[in-house]
Amino acid sequence: MTYETVTVYSQIASLLLFAGLFGGAVVYALWPGNSEQFRQAARVPLRKDDDAGNMGSTE
Amino acid sequence: MPVINRSEEAVAASDGFAALGGLAALALGAVMAVQTADPVMRFHAILFLVAAALATGTIVLHAFGPDWAAPASVSLVLQTPSGVYSDGVIRAGLIATVFWGVAGFLIGDILAWQLAYPALNLDLPWTNFGRLRPVHTSAVVFAFGGNALIMTSFYVVQRTCRARLAGNWAPWFVFWGYQLFLVMAATGYLLGVTQGKEYAEPEWYVDIWLTIVWVVYLLVFLGTIWRRQEPHIYVANWFYLAFIVTVAMLHIVNNIAVPIQWTSTKSYQIYSGVQDAMTQWWYGHNAVGFFLTAGFLAMMYYFIPKRVERPVYSYRLSIVHFWSLIFLYIWAGPHHLHYTALPDWAQTLGMTFSIMLWMPSWGGMINGLMTLSGAWDKLRTDPVVRLMVVSVAFYGMSTFEGPVMSIKAVNSLSHYTDWTIGHVHSGALGWVGMVSFGAIYCLTPWLWHRRGLYSMWLVEWHFWLATIGILLYITSMWVAGITQGLMWRAYDALGFLQYSFAETVDAMHWPYVIRAVGGLLFLLGGLIMVYNVWRTILGHQCGDLAEQPRVAAAPELRGALVPAE
Repeated sequence: MTYETVTVYSQIASLLLFAGLFGGAVVYALWPGNSEQFRQAARVPLRKDDDAGNMGSTE
Repeated sequence: MPVINRSEEAVAASDGFAALGGLAALALGAVMAVQTADPVMRFHAILFLVAAALATGTIVLHAFGPDWAAPASVSLVLQTPSGVYSDGVIRAGLIATVFWGVAGFLIGDILAWQLAYPALNLDLPWTNFGRLRPVHTSAVVFAFGGNALIMTSFYVVQRTCRARLAGNWAPWFVFWGYQLFLVMAATGYLLGVTQGKEYAEPEWYVDIWLTIVWVVYLLVFLGTIWRRQEPHIYVANWFYLAFIVTVAMLHIVNNIAVPIQWTSTKSYQIYSGVQDAMTQWWYGHNAVGFFLTAGFLAMMYYFIPKRVERPVYSYRLSIVHFWSLIFLYIWAGPHHLHYTALPDWAQTLGMTFSIMLWMPSWGGMINGLMTLSGAWDKLRTDPVVRLMVVSVAFYGMSTFEGPVMSIKAVNSLSHYTDWTIGHVHSGALGWVGMVSFGAIYCLTPWLWHRRGLYSMWLVEWHFWLATIGILLYITSMWVAGITQGLMWRAYDALGFLQYSFAETVDAMHWPYVIRAVGGLLFLLGGLIMVYNVWRTILGHQCGDLAEQPRVAAAPELRGALVPAE
């Protein structure tokens, strides 16, 4: 196997790998069944109890 | 409530391990100081030795010393009650961010005046442009930006994971180890020690130290995510993690070098020629993409929703934003090497991926801005929100400008001119600076348990000074850069260059003066921030508390307040 054939196959393999991973991420993001999970995840910073740990007083 | 009950043994082991590490560092510093013949290496070895001695002393005193060893004045910053979130290191990080910020802005403005009036370099080696310039870039990017990223990441990861920061001494090692890296890097530049790679100037031994600190940072961050009580990893943490992992990879690959001696500051890169250039700009552009963009997007995704009390506009878009940014940014570096010895196909690849970056950049900008939908009035009533929203607008503007400049035909005019400097600063001052100021103004009352900032009116002043300063900066640099580019490519009827280089330098004088004035306004805004943050830490109030929004107060104090209208 020559250097040139290695570069050709490795580039095709990488292209498929990256395109596949990205496509998978997009499908995951847009999958209808995930909407409730994302709705809850978006509220993570807003939850009241998440601040409760910050009680160490400096006074 | 994320209560972590550490066993006595675990605490003792952690104290012992930290003390041993401190002693090992002490020994290393002593050996290097004695062995080396290089004066800068000796200076850095002594600096390292002193830092190790102070760290070891603190650890031993804390672990085995009497109670009075923790004085009340220090506890204002350092206190970390166990069982709740670890906030002491974040308070220290906030103070460091503000300090390095104004130091970096000051050096930048001194350089701006030097360019307008060269005599201001004082004709001394330590204060000339070539040595001060990396001090400025490292101070603003790595010291101000880096501390802002580390401290906000420690804050956000704990809140969104509902878990205490992993490690006992490790977060403090990350903080102080990083400051030591910054001091060794900056003093090295002033004393003439640099490996000559832009944004990667520190020599090999400083690079190794940063690698150690960074790996511990990664472990602290991952350890905190590992022990999370929240099933979903919030999108801001994804951005922070991408920033930490990618910066580790970039830093290591770009800094592979062989020192001429173990006791010398001088080293040689393993790459040469065009490979060296390509590796450097793969690093350089992704420092922009992952240090100055991904990490600060994490701030956007936490602090804007938190401050306006609304969830992010589209969580789905945030996931697509994240992955498209990750997959595209890493290829854009070659656009720094248009019309060089780099193969044409690589230049075209860099340009193409840069243009594709419009999509995630604008998707992210829209996601940040639309988080305010239905709450646009906060732009008028809360200057902290305005800082962050204007910052996102600058993010959109500079990520529009960048791909335009990466197009080869445009780059043939813009490259090597001050247009590039203007572009960098619309991103750095506008996006990175303003979103960090917003996060600092959010965090100061939250971390020090205050009912609000010392003064919202001073935030207004900071906002307007910074905004007008940035506008003066970027407009003068557009004029300067396009003038330079056109003068450099002007030919007379006989085919000779129309202008000598000195004439193009002379034409830059007034744009440089305007730029320096813009930088001065930005610096003044920063100094106002220092004053405001300091008075807030001390618990003072100038009287506009009633005008501050409910979220300005520390979380545990919000219930007692009537929501501000």
